[in-house]
Amino acid sequence: MSDPALELKSLTKSFPQRELLRGVDLALVAGGSYVLTGDNGCGKTTLMRIVAGLEAANGGTLRFEGAAIDLGHYPEALRHKLVYVHQQPYLFQTSIAHNIAYGLKMRGVPKRRRELLVREAIAWAGVGHLSNVLPHKLSGGEQQRVALARAKVLNPGLLLLDEPTANLDSDARRQTLALIEALRHENVTVMIATHDREIIAMPHVKRLHLEAGRVNAR
Amino acid sequence: MDLLEPTREAFRLLFTGDAELWRIIFTSLNCSLAALLLIGPPSVALGFLISKVSFPGRRALVVLVQALLSFPTVVVGLAIYMLLSRQGPLGFLKLLFTPGAMIIGYMVIALPVLVVFTLSAVQGADPRVYETARSLGAGKYRAAVTTLFEVRFGVMAALFNGFGRVVSEVGCSIMVGGNIAGFTRNIPTAIALETSKGEFAQGIALGFVLIVLALGVNVALSVLQGEGGMK
Repeated sequence: MSDPALELKSLTKSFPQRELLRGVDLALVAGGSYVLTGDNGCGKTTLMRIVAGLEAANGGTLRFEGAAIDLGHYPEALRHKLVYVHQQPYLFQTSIAHNIAYGLKMRGVPKRRRELLVREAIAWAGVGHLSNVLPHKLSGGEQQRVALARAKVLNPGLLLLDEPTANLDSDARRQTLALIEALRHENVTVMIATHDREIIAMPHVKRLHLEAGRVNAR
Repeated sequence: MDLLEPTREAFRLLFTGDAELWRIIFTSLNCSLAALLLIGPPSVALGFLISKVSFPGRRALVVLVQALLSFPTVVVGLAIYMLLSRQGPLGFLKLLFTPGAMIIGYMVIALPVLVVFTLSAVQGADPRVYETARSLGAGKYRAAVTTLFEVRFGVMAALFNGFGRVVSEVGCSIMVGGNIAGFTRNIPTAIALETSKGEFAQGIALGFVLIVLALGVNVALSVLQGEGGMK
């Protein structure tokens, strides 16, 4: 058994008039694939956003790769290890290559190496034929594939995907599922918030269910 | 009134390179661009911060900046005059009736335009821009720059509108610049002066330059926006 990539203990999050997360405990094993299920509005997105440092928790502890993280002062270095992809990803209004290169640039990857990695990621996502298309003109499925390539190229310690197949037509959904399957085979630790039965039914995917503010393994 | 002759004379002045006329145009451009260059970056940063950061008095600050948009420029001129006059607190700088004083005035006049336009552009930006940048590893400063780049057409509109406001401004220019020939006389003050003397040719020529500048700025903005501005 590998070491946990991520451990959460007693994580809580409240909004005025609503206690959303009431003590979430979970551990994700490095290289594992997890789906996070639960009813709409149960807190799946909020939980992922807290882990990604995009939202503050009210309490609890987070350990990543063994190191304790102060949720009140989310370390910038951790942002280089975790990547969160929105349900409807945002692509910067530049080229696809620039989008994919963005995170590499933030990590100080030299230009030549960056260009090589971007080419590989574009080929991986099968979006090479779209390189001259402006991001806002891409379909939802194409945008999702570029966003997955942009995240995958960073070789993250944990990839958080929020409803990656929601609102996609069947072709786009199939292509996105293929990329998620490829990610799993590349040993990327991935947690996917989803209602998609096909993702939930993928082999070797562990299911975590968020209900009444707590996560249960199923 | 015969408008044809003064108009013909105006174009003659423009296209024969009349030194006085072109010095006036240069003074206008020089002071306006210098003011924008100095006040542009802090104003854009302020607009971003007001839009993104919650702090006590934020709403009041927004109202104040919006109110400054409609502040009479001549009053701005009066305030700067009092500051820079010999008895004023900044009199020792000896800036009154110099292009430097005009630049300060233009900075004050342009600031609310730049802040409000930037604020509006950033507030209109997709909130996922900043989050995406952060999630991909950008620090707060870099994510802010990325957000401003994503709303670059709005920021450019802010700069162009700021330029439009100061280049055509007359009240403050006269108050703190003094309309000194060959030194602080600019396009709007020269138009006012020449017209009051009944010398329409130079006024028409300078008015033509102002209109060309206004049109040019809008055409430039439209070209820069290109397809990216038409999402």
